[in-house]
Amino acid sequence: MRRRGVGYYLGQVAFAILVVLVFIYLVFPFFWAISSSLKTPNELFQTPLVYWPPVPQWKNYLTVFTAQPFARNLLNSLIVAGLTTLLSLLIGGTASYALGRIRFRGKRSVFYGILGVSMFPQIAILGGMFVLIRTLHFYNTWWGLILSYMVFTLPFTVWVLTSFVREIPRELEEAAFVDGATPIQSLTRVLLPVMAPGLVTAGLLAFIQAWNEFLFALTFTVDDKARTVPVAIALFSGASQYVLPWAQIMAASVIVTVPLIILVLIFQQRIVAGLTAGAVKG
Amino acid sequence: MQQTTVDAQGRRSRPDMSLERRRARTAWLFLAPTLIVILLVAGYPLYRTIELSFTQTSLLKFPLESHFVGLLNYKFLLQDSQWWHSVRNTVIFTVASVVIETVLGLGIAMLVNAKFPGRGTMRTAMLIPWAIPTVVSAQMWRWMYNDVYGVVNDIIMKLGLSHKAYAWLANPRLMLPAIISVDVWKTTPFMALLLLAGLQSIPGELYEAARVDGANPWQNFMRVTIPLLRPALLVALIFRTLDALRVFDVIYVMTGTNPTTMSMAVYSRQQLVDFGALGYGSALSVGIFIIIAIFVVIYVVTLRVEVD
Repeated sequence: MRRRGVGYYLGQVAFAILVVLVFIYLVFPFFWAISSSLKTPNELFQTPLVYWPPVPQWKNYLTVFTAQPFARNLLNSLIVAGLTTLLSLLIGGTASYALGRIRFRGKRSVFYGILGVSMFPQIAILGGMFVLIRTLHFYNTWWGLILSYMVFTLPFTVWVLTSFVREIPRELEEAAFVDGATPIQSLTRVLLPVMAPGLVTAGLLAFIQAWNEFLFALTFTVDDKARTVPVAIALFSGASQYVLPWAQIMAASVIVTVPLIILVLIFQQRIVAGLTAGAVKG
Repeated sequence: MQQTTVDAQGRRSRPDMSLERRRARTAWLFLAPTLIVILLVAGYPLYRTIELSFTQTSLLKFPLESHFVGLLNYKFLLQDSQWWHSVRNTVIFTVASVVIETVLGLGIAMLVNAKFPGRGTMRTAMLIPWAIPTVVSAQMWRWMYNDVYGVVNDIIMKLGLSHKAYAWLANPRLMLPAIISVDVWKTTPFMALLLLAGLQSIPGELYEAARVDGANPWQNFMRVTIPLLRPALLVALIFRTLDALRVFDVIYVMTGTNPTTMSMAVYSRQQLVDFGALGYGSALSVGIFIIIAIFVVIYVVTLRVEVD
């Protein structure tokens, strides 16, 4: 066996240090948010900085709900992101079956068209969308946000699901076809159960996109009747413009991020697979 | 595909033809809901935005009162120095963030591709910045960048890199770099995950063969890794570019509508919503749309995503 020289061990140490540095870089900001969310106002605005509060102020997490209409914002976000996801899966599911399975003329153009829309810059339709939402009397309602979110969740869902449908073995349907099933029966009875993992992945990614959306939510809501969490966190206000309630902002940030991180941890394999298939923005 | 082969064989039998037709009809039936919704939420607003861009319209009055002004908005756009400044900001943001994210992302992907204890934890940690909403990460960093109580200045001074604190989000020379670094933090791990998937599809035998041929690590990287990673790199690069060109959230949360750092999207929204100039704001939107559409066309043409 080859003898391992000093160089080898130095290399190993350098590698370990690099790994630790990258890990700290990735995790530190979130650690800092948690630490800040547990501080008293004095600890927040004090030098030298306190890296971890001696007595964690868990009550900051309650204050978010009492001093701010944060419960309402959470409800708005849950309903808007949830319904957007459900609608996208329902509508996009059938489309992805057609695109992934059936041969027909014009498929290529339809696919590219949908792909193009999924790359759409939201700002490019802000004015027109505003007019549409005002015309339908959806301004400052959940429906306005759900409608406008379809512009990015629906093409995205179709795209991810199509890549899943294509990977399902054809024999399954052929068997169903031989047994005399109609396309709709073979979709609902045969493909749907097999598509479940794809639906979960696409749904999860669509939900995260809708949950995180900011531009439309900022523009199409005016008060807490429909205002979602990202807008609330961006607009959190305190006593004055210069004294922002940082502990509350950080507590709210942790509250909305923890469920996402848990979801991501549970479904990490699927998310990576879905993102590679759809290769999409974060 | 199948159709041409069948045609080449001459006449098709009747039942086959009706089957083909029935399948096509089913396909369009299945596509109909999606197409209708896309026409409503993308087609119509895009049409209205373009239409509004030729008018002078106030956002505040509803129903809208539009005055047709022809190309006036576009003439104004060409001479609007704030617009060109935001184009410049957006391009700097895009080029800088995408280049840094790709290089750093590739580095992290190669790091994680090696086997070491704690690799699973590392991969999980990589998903954290990606999972955090952009608005939240912007707020987190805004607090970390605070000139007096921010942890960024504290760490820099503790490490002895500087003796004075910087006003990261007030100093015009530091604002854009500070914002770019937030985007880099949030997006590099995502880039690394995409590239990691590409790296893992490279067969180990290739490196084995290169080693037998006496290749050094640098040659390994340049001659094996990079060429085989090209498709994955290209996809990641183009998606990130398109995404960065429409940047809004991180800039709006960190520095608001400060003219120094406004992106195209922030400026367009300011005109549209804050100033209520639905006409001129729409013209700006069309400008952004054209710039991004050029990139989309390049994307679709270069990658030719396989449909069948």
